[in-house]
Amino acid sequence: MEGMTGLIAIFFSAIFTNNILLTNYLGMCSFLGVSKEVKTSMGLGAAVIFVMTTTSVLNWLVYYHILVPLNLENFRFIVFIIVIAAFVQIVEMIIERVSEPLYNALGIFLPLITVNCAILGVSLFMLIREYTFAESFFYGIGSGIGWFLAILAMAGIRQNMKRSKIPKGLEGAGITLIIAGIMALAFMGFSGVLNIQ
Amino acid sequence: MAAGKTKKQFIMSAGKDNPVFAQILGICSTLAVTNVVENTVVMCLGVIFVLACSNFTVSLIRKWIPGSIRMMVETLIIAAFVIIVDVVIQATLPGVSRQLGPFVGLIITNCIIMGRAEAYALNNPPLPSFIDGIASGVGYSYVLLIIAVFREITGSATFWGYDIPWFSDWWTNWSIMVMAPGAFFALAILIWIIKTYVVPEDPGGK
Repeated sequence: MEGMTGLIAIFFSAIFTNNILLTNYLGMCSFLGVSKEVKTSMGLGAAVIFVMTTTSVLNWLVYYHILVPLNLENFRFIVFIIVIAAFVQIVEMIIERVSEPLYNALGIFLPLITVNCAILGVSLFMLIREYTFAESFFYGIGSGIGWFLAILAMAGIRQNMKRSKIPKGLEGAGITLIIAGIMALAFMGFSGVLNIQ
Repeated sequence: MAAGKTKKQFIMSAGKDNPVFAQILGICSTLAVTNVVENTVVMCLGVIFVLACSNFTVSLIRKWIPGSIRMMVETLIIAAFVIIVDVVIQATLPGVSRQLGPFVGLIITNCIIMGRAEAYALNNPPLPSFIDGIASGVGYSYVLLIIAVFREITGSATFWGYDIPWFSDWWTNWSIMVMAPGAFFALAILIWIIKTYVVPEDPGGK
């Protein structure tokens, strides 16, 4: 994969064929917790797209320009977590100062994001697949959009299911997992179209 | 601490308050690593180790952690133990390490570990916290193992990578069980069974 086509392929396969949530199961906790309403899940999804893109780029720079020259690759987990947490904190402060409505929309979701495994997962996948700088950027933004799509679809379905009759033992998490399974099946339909790596 | 109380607490954490199906925590790795039993066992040992050690450490220094940055401190402690696990797995089991990929690192963001540190270790002395860590880890592990055994047997008709006599010959692999949707269905069905039959009748049991 060379040049622009490779980047576009990574972008779309991160959204569809290798959806971070439905094929790699990352970010499940907030996916199950926050997907009750379309509005809140949109807020969280938007925050995830933003943070995922920027942290994957930041972590790429930190890893290849600071950790590798110093032979500190084994400390990558700690460093990545610090980068993500610090970045989220800074963004929260900036948004609070700059834009009141944006803070009201995204603010409460930002602290949740630090512990969203999808964010750290994207940074770790990007290292394992040995992406270049541009590829990491497209992978980050694609994964973010993929996560956003998945949680939005789930919230839409759950909102419409409020009055349906569900077997008692399946209420809450159980039925959400089954819907997620069906969604994963649907997304598997894309799998022949593009391939990552 | 009396032995009876410790035992009771152990059963509580591993059974009724089970992190996976009572609190729906730590789902990410539950689903990701459970298509092969061997990987699951390695992952479980890693989680138990990290959970017990981080609980112990957080509890030791709980009086000196300033409230406002406690999350950060906890995350760093957890990350330090995860690095140990990662290095050990890489050195001893390179094959498994390659298959687990980023999921060893993702133990850091496994909500169970953070959750136990917040809910238990911050308010209790080191030794009970250590035991609580092991108990939660065991509770987490047996759920993972049930799912892994089910998925490996139905999905690839093997157990621990070996063929099962009298079974592998005629069984048609449900290849969907090894892939993503199978994981969701398996966990949902397990939660359903447990919520319907086990928890209401026998609280505190397994």
